[in-house]
Amino acid sequence: MNGFEWMSPGSLEQAARAASATVATAMACRSGTPASDAAVLKAGGMDLLDLMKEGLLSPRRLINLRTLPGLDRIEPAGGGLRIGPNVTLAQLAADERLRTRWSALADSAGGAASPQIRQIATLAGNLLQRPRCWYFRSRAHHCVRKGGETCFAFAGENQYHAIFEHNGCAIVHPSTCATALVALGARLEITDRAGAKRTVSLEEFFLLPQADLQRENRLESGEIVTAIELPAQPASVRSVHLRYAQTESFDRPLAEVAVVLDLAEAVCRKAAIVLGACAPVPHRARAAEAALTGQRIDEALARAAAHAALQDAMPLSGNAYKVPIFTAVVRRAILAALVA
Amino acid sequence: MPEDLRTRSYPVGIAGVALEQLERNVADDEAPPLPPNARLSVIGQSTARLNGPAKVTGRATFTVDVKLPGMLHARMLRSVYPHARILSIDTGAAERQPGVRAIHVIEHPLGRAQELPGPGEPGDAHRRVRYVGDPIAALAAVTPKAAQAALERIVVDYQPLPFVIDLEDARRSDAPRVFDRPVRTEFFLGPAPQLPQHGNVHGPDTSASRGDAAAGLRAAELIVTGEFRTQVQTHCCLEPHALVADWRPEGLTVYISTQFTAGIREELAEAFGLPLNRVRVVVDAVGGGFGSKSRIGNYVLAAVELSRKAGAPVRLALDRHEEQIDSGNRPSTVQRIRLGARRDGTLTAVAIEAYGTAGVALGASVGNFAQSIYECAAFALEQSDVFTHAGPGCAMRAPGNVPGAFAYEQVIDELAERVGLDPLTLRERIDASPLRREQRRIGAERFGWSRRQPPGSSPGTLKRGLGMAQSHWPALIQINSSCEVRILRDGSVEVRSSVQDIGTGITTVLAQVVAEELGLSPQDIAVHIGDTDFPAGPPSYGSRTTASITPPARNAAYRALRLLMEVVAPSLGTTAERLIARGGRIGTLDASRSITFREAAAQLRNDQISAVASRSDDYGGFGRRMGDAAVGRMGLGGVQFAEVTVDTETGRVHVERVVAVHDCGRPMNPRQIESQVHGGILQGISYALFEERILDRHTGHMLNPNLEQYKILGARETPAIEVHVLENYQGNSATDAYGIAEPSIIATAPALANALYNAIGVRLRALPMTPAAVLTALGRVPCGSVPP
Ligand SMILES: Cc1cc2nc3c(=O)[nH]c(=O)nc-3n(C[C@H](O)[C@H](O)[C@H](O)COP(=O)(O)OP(=O)(O)OC[C@H]3O[C@@H](n4cnc5c(N)ncnc54)[C@H](O)[C@@H]3O)c2cc1C
Ligand code: SF4
Repeated sequence: MNGFEWMSPGSLEQAARAASATVATAMACRSGTPASDAAVLKAGGMDLLDLMKEGLLSPRRLINLRTLPGLDRIEPAGGGLRIGPNVTLAQLAADERLRTRWSALADSAGGAASPQIRQIATLAGNLLQRPRCWYFRSRAHHCVRKGGETCFAFAGENQYHAIFEHNGCAIVHPSTCATALVALGARLEITDRAGAKRTVSLEEFFLLPQADLQRENRLESGEIVTAIELPAQPASVRSVHLRYAQTESFDRPLAEVAVVLDLAEAVCRKAAIVLGACAPVPHRARAAEAALTGQRIDEALARAAAHAALQDAMPLSGNAYKVPIFTAVVRRAILAALVA
Repeated sequence: MPEDLRTRSYPVGIAGVALEQLERNVADDEAPPLPPNARLSVIGQSTARLNGPAKVTGRATFTVDVKLPGMLHARMLRSVYPHARILSIDTGAAERQPGVRAIHVIEHPLGRAQELPGPGEPGDAHRRVRYVGDPIAALAAVTPKAAQAALERIVVDYQPLPFVIDLEDARRSDAPRVFDRPVRTEFFLGPAPQLPQHGNVHGPDTSASRGDAAAGLRAAELIVTGEFRTQVQTHCCLEPHALVADWRPEGLTVYISTQFTAGIREELAEAFGLPLNRVRVVVDAVGGGFGSKSRIGNYVLAAVELSRKAGAPVRLALDRHEEQIDSGNRPSTVQRIRLGARRDGTLTAVAIEAYGTAGVALGASVGNFAQSIYECAAFALEQSDVFTHAGPGCAMRAPGNVPGAFAYEQVIDELAERVGLDPLTLRERIDASPLRREQRRIGAERFGWSRRQPPGSSPGTLKRGLGMAQSHWPALIQINSSCEVRILRDGSVEVRSSVQDIGTGITTVLAQVVAEELGLSPQDIAVHIGDTDFPAGPPSYGSRTTASITPPARNAAYRALRLLMEVVAPSLGTTAERLIARGGRIGTLDASRSITFREAAAQLRNDQISAVASRSDDYGGFGRRMGDAAVGRMGLGGVQFAEVTVDTETGRVHVERVVAVHDCGRPMNPRQIESQVHGGILQGISYALFEERILDRHTGHMLNPNLEQYKILGARETPAIEVHVLENYQGNSATDAYGIAEPSIIATAPALANALYNAIGVRLRALPMTPAAVLTALGRVPCGSVPP
């Protein structure tokens, strides 16, 4: 790991002005040796340090967002919630409001990583962490996502890669919380260097490889995520997040599914179904949503919706086994949402 | 009878089943026979680890904690190619880097098969690297950072060569060769005949065969066959391989995380041309070894060389990535088994063809499991090593027997099904071991084996299955094992040996043994081990530590106590033979007169009395002797029962419960034995379901060289575990104790596999049994796509 400077900014503005690059731009390079002049934002540091130790990122300066006051609160806002970017996964998992009204988010945060990591990892950091593709994480493989020429996954070891939307790069989006947040219709508040704020729906924030091969989202350098906004949730809405991994102790999921249902009795007025760990972005299963909308949900319908969700799957050479897993997890998540 | 022998009577048999007395002629200076544990006060009692508090409070000193004044930090440069010729190495820029004190270029690397001398190939003047991570050079600098920075300045001109990492590809005659010339055949346990070598295939070794297997197969009434595959597993020691080498004019001292201080000393003395009295090897706490810290490796030689060059102590600790790619691994195997049997289940022949790869090393054999466990006159084993351009394998907890049992115990279960017998009933017929007979009985009862349903009959999507498998491991002993016991004038007691405690708890067991003999409590005994300045102890591998070092420890305590009794006998108005030590006192047999142990020691004329004892041969003789090691006449058994659930929609296997019944001669410290068995089972589950080294087919790099992507069992995968240990007396040594570490892992993977079969009615013949593998076996993966 390279040596670096540590900066504790006094304000958001100072932090934004000090940031010279996003982590994605600081990592991208033609040569395989990342630039060593970037100043990047650091929250919990879980992902950042990992990248630095592997020699994939060599920033000159880390700007510590952790000490900025007021960014670690969950506050009511217009019937919904406003979540500070520094709120930890452990906080999310324990929050009573989330557990009752936005349980998909609490479930996703509580199931991610390990208890130790959840104490440190922040929500913004979780959404912005870089992919876990093992070629991406290996210095010896300078793949397209890092500015190189090839994707090693298509013809290589791809058992943990995407089964949807892998156009040029087959990462699965690494954030468990993103799966739940997209299903819940969350928006991000982003503040730029000038202090101007914009909000963007999380779903649109993430980028597919065909839009950009080297970054997973639309964050620009000098921008800071200042809030994650959850819209108001009618009492008739139920949500769940199911996660399925090879080991249940701090393993990355093989499949995860968030289901948000607006129910009148068992009749579904509206459905949002998002699959994680299967595509470069949280993958919205619109065919499954359509299958449920306006229908009375029972076991058979849930099964049909699950099949619809996987209809367009395009597994790679080594990951077709994920299709039956997702089929089961989608069905189970729909049925679990009914009784949530 | 020779004068120095004496006839004594020893308890023999399984406590609670049948105990008899057996007369043996043993040397006069051996400590007298010990009664069964029920009549002892310290041995056989669960005793908390003496170094437990130091470990849990972080006070224990591991090698990675050792800091010497002026210590330099070393790093190693490793190949980024799986196969390449090194045309040149330019260290000039690195040497000029600030803080660099020494550079060492590795010319003749160890830890791999060695080519026999012979006519060379053109271009052989250059060294070849043969796997990603193959060490090329090392350097030492004043800080780790300076070392790393300088390392990146070493310029290596590689000529990449074609490579092969897949086992099947490597067997083809046109595959790129790992070695051009035949390599020396090496056996862990002694010399071996030279084996044939064609391309990358070294072997077959058929030396374990016996009888006429072809005739046995012809005579069979039915034949069961199966092909099994096992993966490469890495050791994943939590403390990395590490040492601090301190070369001085007066001699070399090496602090090293090792399983064998005395062995490392010998290897270092030979490598550097030093007499043994100029080499000292020291270790305190060790964070795991599992076989991978048994010998010196390239990193050890490099650190010593750097210390010699720099004239300063040098610290070298591998990082996790290096641990995963170049600290050894359990080789993969492919095993084709044919069993010939009669309708009653008895075996007429066993034929096994096995090959596997330990990368650039030898050692992928399937061990002695199938050849030893069941009765069968005709046994044919052909096993070959296949070289690949991958990191070298080495011994790992029950090497050979772990993959061997995974295959063989499944075929035996298949045979049971074919002949319509319960798996336990079949084993009753073909297993001669009285130990396992009792273990099956106890295990079946505690586990509730009678609940087992026919294969695949479990209803619903979450299917439940019950299975069992057996363990076999030779009882190994290091004859070259010595121990000193000192009684000091203040009544305190010291035990000294170079034996090391790699976490298995020998420290505590030594204290128990000596305390029992001296009538003291374990806390009274100071155990000084892990230092070759003390009498040379055994290695901590091959499950032989306790069997090797506790008899000399007891004999040394016995002899030191005799000396003390000679001194105090007059003051008690009797002779030494009429004295006894118990409850912290030394007194007459009739308890009429006694003094405290302290008072007795105060009568010593000198500061201390001491006795050194070495491991005697087993009283009943050994089965086999190989150099410093020997194999006991009776093997170690073990039977494990597992209950699993299988989610047939997601393919996930969950282990709910394991009941393990084992034996290790006289159990010395039941709590520690239980802990060892837990470790074996957990490592076994992890091997069966999760662990696998994944190499990239196009670049030869390991893709999961960390503990996140290399999957290991965690707290939530830990089942309920019940351990039961037999007391099995054999009257073979002063303690009659044997090992447990390796027997405890052997049966786990096959027990799970048999339980999984019972749950879903489909057999998995490859490891690890991942969701992908289970779903594929169930025919649920679409369009014939199979996981790589
Ligand atoms: C063993 C292990 C298992 C794991 N399992 C899971 C899992 O199952 N699911 C899962 O989702 N994750 C998992 N993780 C990842 C972990 O959750 C993330 O690394 C963590 O959430 C990152 O958060 P952080 O606060 O530490 O971010 P940091 O590492 O500090 O930052 C991550 C990125 O976010 C940027 N950033 C942070 N805050 C802001 C902000 N306010 N505005 C703009 N940019 C910002 C940083 O610049 C950086 O690019 C696992 C990690 C490990 C080590
Ligand atoms: S999947 Fe994406 S991140 Fe992985 S190797 Fe291909 S381009 Fe790189």
